[in-house]
Amino acid sequence: MGRILAVIFAVLTVGLIAIGTVHGSRNAQASTPEGAVQAMFGNAKGHDWNGAYSYVASSSNVDQGGFIRDLTGRNGSLRTYSQLDSVNTRVLHESDTEATVRTELKYATAVGVSFDTRDLKVVKEDGAWKVQWPAEKEVHVPPQVIPVNYLRWDIVWRGAGDDWGAQNVENPNCRILSMNAVERDGGLIIMGEVENEDTVPAFITVGAVLTDNAGKDVAEESSFDKISHVLLPKEVSPYRIDFPGIKKSDVKSVRMTHDWMLVPASADPVIGVLHQRIEKDITGRTVLKGELLNESGTTVNIPHVLATFYDNGGKVIWVSDAYSDHALLPQTPQPFSVALRDDLAANVHTYRVTVNHYSREN
Amino acid sequence: MRKLIFIGLIVALCWFAADCAHAADLNLPKDAVAGQPLSIGTSGTGTLYLIGPGQVIKREFKSGGNIEIKGEELRSAGRWIAIARGDVRQSQIFWVKPGKPENLNFLARPSRVPVARPNVITGVAFIFDKYQNLILDPTPVNFNLAVGGTGSSKTVTSRDGIAWTNSASAPKAGAAQFVASVGGTQVRRVVQQVAADPCNLRMHVAGRANNNVVIETDPIRDCSGNPVPDGTIVSFIQTDRSGRSTVDSRIKKGIARAELPVSDNATITVAAGVVLGNELHVGGKQ
Repeated sequence: MGRILAVIFAVLTVGLIAIGTVHGSRNAQASTPEGAVQAMFGNAKGHDWNGAYSYVASSSNVDQGGFIRDLTGRNGSLRTYSQLDSVNTRVLHESDTEATVRTELKYATAVGVSFDTRDLKVVKEDGAWKVQWPAEKEVHVPPQVIPVNYLRWDIVWRGAGDDWGAQNVENPNCRILSMNAVERDGGLIIMGEVENEDTVPAFITVGAVLTDNAGKDVAEESSFDKISHVLLPKEVSPYRIDFPGIKKSDVKSVRMTHDWMLVPASADPVIGVLHQRIEKDITGRTVLKGELLNESGTTVNIPHVLATFYDNGGKVIWVSDAYSDHALLPQTPQPFSVALRDDLAANVHTYRVTVNHYSREN
Repeated sequence: MRKLIFIGLIVALCWFAADCAHAADLNLPKDAVAGQPLSIGTSGTGTLYLIGPGQVIKREFKSGGNIEIKGEELRSAGRWIAIARGDVRQSQIFWVKPGKPENLNFLARPSRVPVARPNVITGVAFIFDKYQNLILDPTPVNFNLAVGGTGSSKTVTSRDGIAWTNSASAPKAGAAQFVASVGGTQVRRVVQQVAADPCNLRMHVAGRANNNVVIETDPIRDCSGNPVPDGTIVSFIQTDRSGRSTVDSRIKKGIARAELPVSDNATITVAAGVVLGNELHVGGKQ
């Protein structure tokens, strides 16, 4: 009896392994363009890079290493801290031999959800649909010396041995330049600009407290990452504070709160924002596009773009931000795109872009 | 009845005389000063307790004579009680004054201030003796604020132990030495006087580099002629057909510099904070 059971279990084990192997393989040939894109990203999501790469057309002229780096990110960029969450596809055009598939990739990143929309070309190779992967051009900065002698502010605080009258170094003087409260999408949004008027760097936070008609505080919120927290002398940053679900008519007054702190900071890096223009992206949405140029000698891993939009009276009518999922290599332009509400696009008279930067070395 | 009144008066007189006689047992000086020796005359034998603010002194005395209290023992100014126990039981109150000014606590605010602003620097001095007793008597305190060898001086008489002054910041940037002094004691604070907002911000084309046009400002100064500190942000904005290009440059060695894309017809503006500078047209027509 024991010998029979052992044989049964052995056969069962072999059978299950065989079934698992057959069903576990997601590398079956794609019969549709959409299927090829879905299968490729499905494998990538499961980190089956061999499987994903098997759906890449040979005409793509990209090696597996480059393909993996395209999907997982390089140089400590935001993409390296993200995970592919979902893929939505839609065929825009299809013929017998090639097709175009609009692919919306949704990434879960360290700073929230990030979307990447691409129009992928899918071609038929050897009877199967394969994705012609648009290989990213890997930029190599030529060996060089970039002289940087920007300032750094260090602070000596008062010590325990100082007498009680010895003054500490003063916190910086900053000023909220403007504040505009608008109702959008069923919520109240407060935005404006803040300036560091001092000659030392400041770490700033701006918040708002809403008071209802009875004089009671009903909500309190801060601008979180819709602001440049570290402001160098005379630097101006936009801020935006969102109060979802609160109507403007329910609010009697807004009390702005702020905190200015003196912090050590570096004047490096300088990031230029070139060729800014408002246009439509491939999905038809209004965006502010341009290029970021890191003029310094160190890599900026995660650039964060903040855009301020003004009407013809100079009033801030919208503040928008976007994290770039590509690192900024020295002296190398990198495209960026920041969304602008379509309903506001006609009212935008001018705009200003500032860049926050996060680097692993700091 | 008369006899009774007479006896009563005699008793009252004796009581008063006895009381006066006892009062003479402790002879306390009227002008005790903290930090200075004190001599107390006694009679009889017993123990003397001196109880002052945060301090108690105990002395045995025999067959009269003076009790000597050392200066370093009598540290606290204020209200003291002397209690004698022994042949006589008696207590008296006496006052100890603060000694001469030997310590200053000096609060100077702010530590950093733009140049040429009226009444922005305040100094408050608290005058203490050697043992940190606040000196309440009016005392002249000298305040001196100087930067680069030039400055102003003012003498203020303290009230209730505190002297204060306020002053304008000098038109010259630098680390101002703010000194409060009383007698031979002085305390120094540093008030950093910094350049105010840029004034008359001007830029020009400085050349070309890497297919970019190099824009450079003239030396950036405030309205008093002080150089605006390095690291201050200066924004260059170029507008042309391809859109806008902006560079938030930092002042370095007194000037700000930016490289902007070459354009055949562009307008370039410059700003530092809310201060706008001149406008340049590069490329096509001027």
